[in-house]
Amino acid sequence: MRTADRARELPESGIRKFFELAEARDDVISLGVGEPDFSAPWAARNAAIGGLERGRTSYTANRGTAELREAIAAHHERYDQPYDPGEEVLVTTGASEAVDLAFRTLVDSGDVVAIHEPSYISYAPGVELAGGEPLSVPTRAADDFALTPERLEAAGAGEADLLVLCYPNNPTGATMTDAQLAEVAAFCRENDLRVVADEIYSALTYRGDHASIATQPGMRERTVVVNGFSKAYAMTGLRLGYALGPADAIDAMNRIHQYTMLSAPTTAQIAALEALRSCDDEVTEMVEEYNRRRRLVVSRFNEMGLDTFEPGGAFYAFPECGGDDEAFAEALLEAEGVAVVPGSVFGAGGEGHLRVSYATSMRELKEATDRIARFLAERD
Amino acid sequence: MEAEREVLDVLARNAREDIADIAAQTGLDAERVEEAVASLEADGVVHGYQAVVDWDRTEEGKIRAIVEINVELDRETGYEQVADRIARFPAVDALHLVSGDYDFAVEVLGGSMQDVSRFISEQVAPMPEVTQTVTHYIMETYKDGGVRFADGDDDDRLSVSP
Repeated sequence: MRTADRARELPESGIRKFFELAEARDDVISLGVGEPDFSAPWAARNAAIGGLERGRTSYTANRGTAELREAIAAHHERYDQPYDPGEEVLVTTGASEAVDLAFRTLVDSGDVVAIHEPSYISYAPGVELAGGEPLSVPTRAADDFALTPERLEAAGAGEADLLVLCYPNNPTGATMTDAQLAEVAAFCRENDLRVVADEIYSALTYRGDHASIATQPGMRERTVVVNGFSKAYAMTGLRLGYALGPADAIDAMNRIHQYTMLSAPTTAQIAALEALRSCDDEVTEMVEEYNRRRRLVVSRFNEMGLDTFEPGGAFYAFPECGGDDEAFAEALLEAEGVAVVPGSVFGAGGEGHLRVSYATSMRELKEATDRIARFLAERD
Repeated sequence: MEAEREVLDVLARNAREDIADIAAQTGLDAERVEEAVASLEADGVVHGYQAVVDWDRTEEGKIRAIVEINVELDRETGYEQVADRIARFPAVDALHLVSGDYDFAVEVLGGSMQDVSRFISEQVAPMPEVTQTVTHYIMETYKDGGVRFADGDDDDRLSVSP
């Protein structure tokens, strides 16, 4: 069947190849997984089951149930991010839908959208589908992959219309402090850049609480914050995210959402509400466990000679393997059955690095890092 | 003590972690971890290191029972003294003073049901302070020591995802 140019012209994701290579073997320890290894807290799952038992299988309001929007707003209030649950919160089918809606709502045909890289792989295709032009802004290992005004300037982002910001970052695990964000915020105000801030990993930080650019002076009105339940509450498969932003932006996003999605999955909304109500302890426990794994993995990589900066968030380490990261990852998979994702898949600045997910049990992480050390020793 | 607590969190999950790995996971140096382990032991926070065992899966098996014990105290005898007498039997795996309808909850481990009931009737029941015992044999254990006794959930995640 004839397909549209816009679909045909989308590039194949670089992750796909590694997925196929890893799937072809059955002895693989995968450090290539971009989702938690935990299951959603039982209370949240149980609430979802209860909702199904009571027959709650109809649509909800377009923007999500009022209780859930109120709980989301109350949750962000705790982090000095006040949003009106009536007009400034939109519940979406995964954070992915919120990102897509934000692009379709904020990007006019030909608009330039600055995307710092390495970054999650769906921003550039999303911008293109919305008719915009992605502008790559490489970040540097020397800055621990934080975004700086200098990097924005060097890439010509002053001319852009929108900036996509993703911290804590996938794939690097980098976070940004309030002080660093203040500099980026100043750049945005000076150059009249609006921001889509994908903060899906905000609950997973290990050196102080997450900082949001939307809390910087003059930024709330020009920022759509995207967040969700997938990473914090380990419920990726329930597909539930949300957007927070100025009423006019949220209203425009909802206009698209009501035609394309109608409402986010009802069962997932029930689970999410319970997650916000009663699962803080489980989140804390998961964060503590990720933190222990993070320290183990980072110290083991540095010991074996793969330079790794200390990631402040998410569940990724980004060791430097030097040279051709794709060849390294392929050889490692071939020789030792350990799957990692080459950093170059995530765009400029990622080359010579590997994305290592530590959302895997401690036992597997030890075995995998032992194997990587052996791989390095035998290669030399 | 922050360091002790972090070391304890690791040991409570996996008592077999070696010092180097505890150091890596907590960000403490190895000597500090040694020190923390030593002080946790000296302070009686950590009393020992044991495997979480599903005895039903061993060849010879073991019988476990939870025994409710009621006691009558007098001027010379308090809970401490009674507990001390009960706890000395090796068959007693755990002993707690509890609130509610009875005084002590005792976990008893034996080779067979006869072993356990003989132990209760011959050793515990005749103690002068003991007025009543109720023995509940454990039929099936689903979770113990915080560990779910089931075949591990398969990791059904995609092996590589963005």
